[in-house]
Amino acid sequence: MTLLLAAILLLILSGVAALVSEDASHPSASMGAFGAAAGCALGLTAALMVLIGGQTESLRLAWSVPRGAFLIELDPLSAFFLIPTLGLSGLAALYGSEYLQAGGVRRALGPSWFFFNLLVASMAVVLVARNAVLFLMAWEVMSVSSYFLVMHESEKESVREAGWTYLVAAHLGTAFLIVLFLLLGREFGTLDFGGPGRTIAAAPQVSGLLFILALIGFGTKAGFVPVHVWLPEAHPAAPSHVSAVMSGVMVKTGIYGLARILTFLGPPQGWWGWVLIGMGLSSGILGVLFALAQHDLKALLAYHTVENIGIIALGLGLGVLGLSAGLPGVAVLGFAGGLLHVLNHALFKGLLFLGAGAVAHGSGTREMDEMGGLLKRMPWTGATFLVGAVAISGLPPLNGFVSEFLIYLGAISGLHSPAATAVAGVGVMGGLALIGGLAAACFAKAFGIVFLGEPRSGHAEHAHEAGPLMRLSMALLAISCAAIGLLAPRVVRAMSPAIATIAGLTPGRCRDLLTPGTGSLALVVTASVVFLVLVLLLAVLRRALLAGRTVSETGTWDCGYARPTPRMQYSASSFAQPLTDLFGPVLRTERRGSPPRGYFPDDAAFATKTRDVWREELWRRVFAAAEWVLSKFAWLQQGRVHLYILYIALTLLALLIWGLP
Amino acid sequence: MTNLIEVVLVLVVLTDFFLLGSSRLAACIRIVAIQGVVLGTLPVLGHLDNLTLRLVFLAVGSAALKAVVFPILLFRAMREANVRHEIEPFVGFIASILIGLGSLAVSVWVASRITLPRPVVSSLVLPVALFTILAGLFVIVSRRKALTQVLGYIVLENGIYVFGMVLVGEIPMLVELGALLDAFVAVLVMGIAIDHISRSYDHIDVDELDTLRG
Repeated sequence: MTLLLAAILLLILSGVAALVSEDASHPSASMGAFGAAAGCALGLTAALMVLIGGQTESLRLAWSVPRGAFLIELDPLSAFFLIPTLGLSGLAALYGSEYLQAGGVRRALGPSWFFFNLLVASMAVVLVARNAVLFLMAWEVMSVSSYFLVMHESEKESVREAGWTYLVAAHLGTAFLIVLFLLLGREFGTLDFGGPGRTIAAAPQVSGLLFILALIGFGTKAGFVPVHVWLPEAHPAAPSHVSAVMSGVMVKTGIYGLARILTFLGPPQGWWGWVLIGMGLSSGILGVLFALAQHDLKALLAYHTVENIGIIALGLGLGVLGLSAGLPGVAVLGFAGGLLHVLNHALFKGLLFLGAGAVAHGSGTREMDEMGGLLKRMPWTGATFLVGAVAISGLPPLNGFVSEFLIYLGAISGLHSPAATAVAGVGVMGGLALIGGLAAACFAKAFGIVFLGEPRSGHAEHAHEAGPLMRLSMALLAISCAAIGLLAPRVVRAMSPAIATIAGLTPGRCRDLLTPGTGSLALVVTASVVFLVLVLLLAVLRRALLAGRTVSETGTWDCGYARPTPRMQYSASSFAQPLTDLFGPVLRTERRGSPPRGYFPDDAAFATKTRDVWREELWRRVFAAAEWVLSKFAWLQQGRVHLYILYIALTLLALLIWGLP
Repeated sequence: MTNLIEVVLVLVVLTDFFLLGSSRLAACIRIVAIQGVVLGTLPVLGHLDNLTLRLVFLAVGSAALKAVVFPILLFRAMREANVRHEIEPFVGFIASILIGLGSLAVSVWVASRITLPRPVVSSLVLPVALFTILAGLFVIVSRRKALTQVLGYIVLENGIYVFGMVLVGEIPMLVELGALLDAFVAVLVMGIAIDHISRSYDHIDVDELDTLRG
């Protein structure tokens, strides 16, 4: 606990130091970045110690806020979420120290590092806070500091729009959380919620209401469809290391909140599981579909965050359903898959965002249709991006596969049980298969268009490799993806205390229930190691065979056409077109352009744009309606201070008289 | 000592009415200063049998602030802004006094319905406190010059002072000092603001500062 507090203090202090030494941009950047990295390393040690040791540490201090204490607690669940949070943030800070230096516009970096370190510190506090007021305060600091980070390039209109959307969404979500914690505090009788195994004893309607409030409030941060609209706006707008932290770990605080609340609500009701699975299916499938239709590399990754949050929700939903149906085996596998996917998604999505940043930075554009052939110019970035792409597509032997495999296992073991759970299991399996297939297609597109083929523009032709620190953090993330994939059974066993906390079981029982799952995982890992060795042998054989010969490059045979150009390659939209056409009614892609006409056509153009359906169709209308209603009250706002004070005075007087006995 | 306390309370009510009915700013500043001095005696009168150094210090300090420092600041602001009269308030002076009478009635009625956790020195305390708060709020709402609004703010604070001083009796020293500091800073800031407003706009009429509405 001392270690963690020291880490949080170091983060805040180095952020302040970066802020005050703002004039000289270089020292401030290194102070902020290396302070963040050091703080994260310290905190990571503390979290690992708790997760391995399995004991809970807590600290209670008196403070002047009524009905509770300054209570923080580091239990296995918090420790499990702290690991990706601090790990990815530390690497992102190292990456950012180089990335921000090379930005096109010179600007003071002090504020940027201040808010970055504040964001990391507040995430850590969110994860360990056990008092509603402390939690909500840290939650707000997290939202606001990430808002300032999104607004890094605030001179751009699109960035300001994105930041505004994010701020509105964050505050609407928090409004639900305030209600949630007030109700929870009423049930508990105190605003503290620490201690093991505390549950409320409330009527099913009340706990159902609390669940719905948590789902909306935390779901807004996590990015469940349809409250995900801020994600595809804010992630592309932020600097890449910030996108990595926001997408990789900040949205996971929403998942953490949901999981933590679930532990308080007592035995779950069946419909919660169904709601979570429904959310998971819609977020997963729609997220990956919209990702397919994007041309902006970071927007594509942002939609994949929605998809992966959907997968996590599927795991959690399966777990809740298993608990309510009295099937601890299903529950443990579902929770294990969901939780492990939290860690995995942080690693590979962080890696992919950092890779996208390196690409944007090396080539000067985020438009996939202007890239191509970058693997030769940026081999490190390309290789690590490939690792991330394989992992996110859920292919063995990398980590994305492990967590999805656990969810599959949970769904399969649910098939032997009563009809309702079996139906849910089939739904989860079908949805997960569809999501996995579409994700693989989407990353075939992303990797293929960006890194393979020939450069489509001067941007791509003159691209350069990222600097050493950026490469180091990407490489470390890629290695962790592979490590979790290859050490899967050990990792799953190590995280069993965290799973036990959500499932309300003892760690020992939880480990027993996981044994069949880890057994199958061990089999898969062995098979993938054999496969890898075979591939390696083939590669060595190929190299040996080619050793004595000359290898030359030539143009692709193109049926005799005399003037092929790189622009005749597949583009991002044409590669995905069969799939986007299939799902056209959902995506509502706009097509503009003029097809070539006549025998010697000169000007032809084609462009597609896929807007977010919910933003355009749902939220725009909701907010327009809200504005219409609120405009009826505009007469109240006269701009005169006298009148405002009169309102206050009259309200006070009315309250006083109303409160009379 | 109840008689003396009631005399003080009646004086407070009278000064409130004077403020509601007067258009001359200089007179208003003086009457608010007098109200401050009169109020300063309240804690001493309320605890004559167990007088402590702390209470005396508090009484002298608050009276000095309200009777010397505030008037100096306000007179300076008046000179700088070159205003002498509250011209054309939103609510006329006769109407203000009538509304004052009405709110006095409301205060007495409300006070009679409130049950207090502990006995009060005088039954007049609660209505006078409520009335002074309402009068201060009314001055803030109904007057046009920023200077008069500052006066309303001080009177509002005085009302809270009456409420707290006699009702609770032993307000923690720190809280009381905090409230005084609050009022002091408010007057100082408003004084500076008035100065700047009058320099930038040639007037201190707050009702013309409404361009910030949406």
